[in-house]
Amino acid sequence: MKNDISTPVKREDVSEKLLGTACYIGDLKLEDMMYARTLRSTEPRARLISIKYPEMPLGYFVVDRKDVPGKNIIKMIIDDQPYFAEDIVNYIGEPIALIVGKDKTIINELISKTNIEYEKIKPIFSIDERHETTTPIYGDSNTFAAYRLKKGDISEARAKARYICEDIYETGYQEQFYMETQGVIAEYQEGKATIYGSIQCPYYVKNAVVECLGCAPDMVRIVQATTGGAFGGKEDYPSLLAGQAICAAIKVNKPVCLLLERDEDLEVTTKRHPSRIKIKSFIDENHKILGMDAEIMLDAGAYAGLSGVVLQRAMFAIAGVYNIENIKVKGRAIATNKAVSGAFRGFGSPQAFFAIEMHMQNVAKKLRIDPLQFRLDNILKQGDKSTTGGVFRDKILLHEMVARVMEMSNYAEKKRSFQGSDNQKRRGLGLSMFFHGCGFTGNGERDHIKGKARLIKNEEDIVEILIANVEMGQGAGTTMRKIVSAALDIPISRVMYRNPDTDRVPDSGPTVASRTTVIVGKLVYDAAVELKAKWQQGVQQQAEIEYQYPEGYQWDNESFAGDAYTSYSWGVNVVDVEVDTITYESEIKGVWAVFDIGKSIDDRNVKGQIDGGIVQGLGYGAMEVMENVGGRFKQRTSADYIIPTAMDIPMIQSELMCEPYTEGPFGAKGLGELSLVGSPIAYAMAVEDALGIRINSIPVRPEFLMEVAENDKRNHFKTKR
Amino acid sequence: MKINFSINNSAKSIEINPSETLYEVLNKCGFSSVKKACGTSSCGICTVLLDGKPIPSCSYLAAKVDQHNITTIEGVQQEAELLGDLMNREGAVQCGFCTPGFLLTIIAMKKELVNPDIQQIKNYLVGNLCRCTGYEGQLRAIRRYMEVGR
Repeated sequence: MKNDISTPVKREDVSEKLLGTACYIGDLKLEDMMYARTLRSTEPRARLISIKYPEMPLGYFVVDRKDVPGKNIIKMIIDDQPYFAEDIVNYIGEPIALIVGKDKTIINELISKTNIEYEKIKPIFSIDERHETTTPIYGDSNTFAAYRLKKGDISEARAKARYICEDIYETGYQEQFYMETQGVIAEYQEGKATIYGSIQCPYYVKNAVVECLGCAPDMVRIVQATTGGAFGGKEDYPSLLAGQAICAAIKVNKPVCLLLERDEDLEVTTKRHPSRIKIKSFIDENHKILGMDAEIMLDAGAYAGLSGVVLQRAMFAIAGVYNIENIKVKGRAIATNKAVSGAFRGFGSPQAFFAIEMHMQNVAKKLRIDPLQFRLDNILKQGDKSTTGGVFRDKILLHEMVARVMEMSNYAEKKRSFQGSDNQKRRGLGLSMFFHGCGFTGNGERDHIKGKARLIKNEEDIVEILIANVEMGQGAGTTMRKIVSAALDIPISRVMYRNPDTDRVPDSGPTVASRTTVIVGKLVYDAAVELKAKWQQGVQQQAEIEYQYPEGYQWDNESFAGDAYTSYSWGVNVVDVEVDTITYESEIKGVWAVFDIGKSIDDRNVKGQIDGGIVQGLGYGAMEVMENVGGRFKQRTSADYIIPTAMDIPMIQSELMCEPYTEGPFGAKGLGELSLVGSPIAYAMAVEDALGIRINSIPVRPEFLMEVAENDKRNHFKTKR
Repeated sequence: MKINFSINNSAKSIEINPSETLYEVLNKCGFSSVKKACGTSSCGICTVLLDGKPIPSCSYLAAKVDQHNITTIEGVQQEAELLGDLMNREGAVQCGFCTPGFLLTIIAMKKELVNPDIQQIKNYLVGNLCRCTGYEGQLRAIRRYMEVGR
């Protein structure tokens, strides 16, 4: 029997990582290379009146807005964020200039001796602040995006409802905390700009640098260095660093290295959007959810970045896995004088799923019915319509997945034994159900990205995969090689994948949105099929495929109607937790998970994504706290911002139960982001279950729990009297 | 100032600045397997062995290693290959940035702890952060590695 594609193979990047010879951006040393550090705003919002630099020693330079040859605006969705501040700064840490030179100690001294005179402007820190009393940061209404979504007839649902239930949920910041901080090296030779960097999206960086320099596209080349983790954090921010570094390289006429220090990276780079979500649902006498009216507010930070798209994903996920026919959603991404919120694994969906899952649980409790049964009675099935009216075309395995995860976790038995305990330590169980729309939201793949993939075969019949998608730890290189090897029926050792270099690879789009396997993997598969059809031994040949929007799907971006995604991956998680009722510390006893990802391309990489995603999700739900006071993050060093260590992690058991997706390579769908979405929810529900309290925000910290529990006791006491 | 120490069992005598950290000195000497991330001994990325015990080289003064032995991943290639193979089989190598520091810590742990239970293993690893794997793969690999040679 032929090997199944899911059987693990050795990754091509593992040997050099084990030997310590992999070349990350910090290991790359170019001849005569200079170093750059960033002079940053210390005010959350102010006009720059004057900047007094100390006298620059020979070989040291200031690089600022005057040194940008093209547009001093980072190319993103909305043109609002400068590479170097013009006359206004909008957050603490906003870059004003680079100081460039040979010795980092001297650069740091020069920065500390620089005096900036500010004229303060009244800042906006909270999404609640009415901008009428201040000047908006962006536009007239201080929102980077304000959308509305309607499906069915919400007023009819309201009229028919027997019960109405309304809740508000909040989620906090989360920092990606990739182990390797952000960094780029820029060099400029004979009119050609080359950027090496720790990046997710080579063509995003390229397009940004082209506009920054105002040059022809072929005069910019981007090369990805081995990347030490990214999780969304290296999606848009590297464009900023690349533009700054190339301006510096042009000015000093030498290669310039711009690497962020850990604490600097924590404080100034993008993070997951904090959210506030209001959900009101309308339920009939049979406990069917007739309608939902929701309002989502995201804290976008000082510039637009990717907030509009994050907001769309949050809005489209707001009904969770439930079939709700009448929906009204209002979404806003609000400008605040804080670091820019951006992409992080899940991209708006962890916030939305937390809200809807906790809400469903709470509705059932209010109605005094079994929460899990209530949720299962309302879940989506094949043929039902999404929030945007798109059709769920494939079979949805949620019922089977729930049954399996309950079996794995011994759910029913545990549930019985945990009940009614009055021990100091209480146990609780939580179960979350969720999906992730794979690939870009809406018309992204069809109208914006239009990805291309190319295969080149040399005279030795070695096939090289040319795509812009990066290996950043997730195993994309191996996944792509396996797809090509299987499609061409040649040994995997004859298939090559190298880090992308935009002078060699076509634009297959960014490495984001759980699109690499399902979208780019399919392009690569189709190219392999084409190559196979015309295969001539010992002859150099190539095949190129461009993305085709699959037939039968439709999307209208004006009205948000149709198929927001062309495929969905699904997950069910159970978390078992023990909470101490005196210290309110909790210990996670176990996590059980079942995922439908269509088809595993490599079981080992899949396991790695699942384990890692679940633990990142538990960090989000349980311990990763980042608070902003007066525009300054309180947790801005790696000693203050706590991520899970080996001590914090529980036993994790996971299985796959897959419904293949016909448009995906070998049936595969997306996985990377899905794996993070469910664990924070199941964790929060487990804590609710253990203590018999309501939780409406994450992270669930002991001090927060103590507050909730004490309040509950007081309220309980009041009602008793 | 001048310091004399051994690195991966070869004697070295070099001129350093008294304020330099061990990481900086190793980096200048070309040991690029030693990475730096936090600079405050919070993450374990920069781990090297000092007389066989793991230390964070990013915040350890180079002057203090005078007359001591330093080991980097280059110095334990055989052991690293054995453990690395187990790590690879368990999918515990992803972005790879924490890998050299993690391997060194585990190699030191095997020498230091006799028959550790899972809690002792986790305790030993608490200073080495990994953001990709959730530590599950590492722990599976470590359990198998601790069996080797028993």
